[in-house]
Amino acid sequence: MSDEVVLSRPLPVITEMNAYFWRSGQKGRLEILRCEACGLYIHPYAALCPRCRSEAVSPEPVSGRGTVASFTINHQPWFPHVPVPYVIALVQLEEQDDIRLVANLPGCPIEDVRVGLPVEVCFEQHGDIFVPLFRPAAGADRG
Amino acid sequence: MASYGEKQACVSGLGQSSINRKPSVYPFKLAVEACLRAIEDAGLTIDDIDGAACWPGGVNFLGEGPSAAAVGDIKNSLGLKLNWYSSGEGAAMFAPVINAIGAIAAGYATHVLCWRAVGERWVPTYSHANAAGGPLPRVAGWMQWTAPYWAPSAANWTALVAGAHMHRYGITREQMAAIPIVQRRNAGLNPNAIYREPLTMDAYLGARMVTTPFCLYDCDVPCDGATAVIVSRLDAAKDLRRKPIRFEAVGAAATDRMDTWFARDDFPHMMMHDAARAMWRRTDLKPKDVGSAHLYDGFTYLAMFWLEALGFMKEGEVGAFIEGGRRISLDGELPLNTNGGQLSEGRLHGLGHLHEAVLQLRGQAGERQVKDLKVSVTGVGGGGFGGALLLTNEDL
Repeated sequence: MSDEVVLSRPLPVITEMNAYFWRSGQKGRLEILRCEACGLYIHPYAALCPRCRSEAVSPEPVSGRGTVASFTINHQPWFPHVPVPYVIALVQLEEQDDIRLVANLPGCPIEDVRVGLPVEVCFEQHGDIFVPLFRPAAGADRG
Repeated sequence: MASYGEKQACVSGLGQSSINRKPSVYPFKLAVEACLRAIEDAGLTIDDIDGAACWPGGVNFLGEGPSAAAVGDIKNSLGLKLNWYSSGEGAAMFAPVINAIGAIAAGYATHVLCWRAVGERWVPTYSHANAAGGPLPRVAGWMQWTAPYWAPSAANWTALVAGAHMHRYGITREQMAAIPIVQRRNAGLNPNAIYREPLTMDAYLGARMVTTPFCLYDCDVPCDGATAVIVSRLDAAKDLRRKPIRFEAVGAAATDRMDTWFARDDFPHMMMHDAARAMWRRTDLKPKDVGSAHLYDGFTYLAMFWLEALGFMKEGEVGAFIEGGRRISLDGELPLNTNGGQLSEGRLHGLGHLHEAVLQLRGQAGERQVKDLKVSVTGVGGGGFGGALLLTNEDL
């Protein structure tokens, strides 16, 4: 992404609970909390598994593949340094339907975004924070 | 049917301040104005008020912004002597009302003053603050999942859920348009509404987009204003100035495994679906018994989700139901947001809907009065919280 201008974003306050998510990109992969007992992926984070109440929850790498579950084309200039319109997508991860991440889709022209579009994770570095974003998956039919 | 506490509680008083599109009266003074009007409307004196509740919470000395009057602020200004108070979170903007009902059922209080005061025009909003430039603030809690993606507004979040629902059920913007158009027509009959000029389909479809599928007219109107209601024990309200408007059922629930805007098992449902189900479990009445609906319309689609959540039609059928606006008009089978709602009257943030429902059930809605009304429903919130109230003017 070195050829693209990186625009500033409101960045998260990093805590004990969320550091895995915002820093896993340093290892080139996305990590999501998972219950070791029943296998449930959990997002946003929780201290116990909400399904089986096991304490054995820990971050686990995921494929980074997903599909666009929904999207909105934002026209409102909430941030004056960010050109509008831009796409805000809800990406559903391949591992589990209800793990849905809000994201932008760099490299995807607005006219190409659609529900069901296959995407894969990429990261944008801001200091020690690696913001997960998604690009159309290689070979995806942009319909 | 079990004997639920809300059946012994009612709304006995209503008060509303002026509604200001431009900052003109200090928002805290609007809150005081609404509270005094509600006490007078009920035929009570300040000394009769023994409970107080507002939302959202906060320390004293608010004065302006998203919450313009905390419990302590109103207490100090009115000289209230309180046996009970709450600024607790809960069922969205109905938290004060539902908490007050609980307090009355428990015997903590008899007449509870509840209010919601907004002064968002007086202070810069989040987006205005960013527009001023400078370093972006760090974000925590829920906002960490949205703001880093330049999605800082509930408009964006609601648009994402609405988009999934529209895609699944083939709902169109032309269908959505019925809500702002009908509500604007209602606002023409409401002297207190901010926008009262008719809205046409052409104007709707030609309006600037905010975040698809929402254009300007799908988003409510920020304002400075306040609404207050007095929630009373039913037997203590029988001889007051107004006919008591009784709570037939309340709904506040959180039953999904992951109650967030996007992580629910039943996405694109939201918390309102839990609240609506919980409400119907507490009454023998059914959707067919409802004569008017006063549903949260921070964005058009929230009212549409509420209509489905409350069971007025099957899942996915709301587009066909509202299309053309006939069914949801004042003379239709289910008049919706008869005061113009937040889309036209102004964003009084939930309690405005309760205010209108009670006016209608009292028969005080003037030119926009719904005929032969006995039961009204109101629901507020949506994504991460929700609360519903079923109200009636019939005796227990």
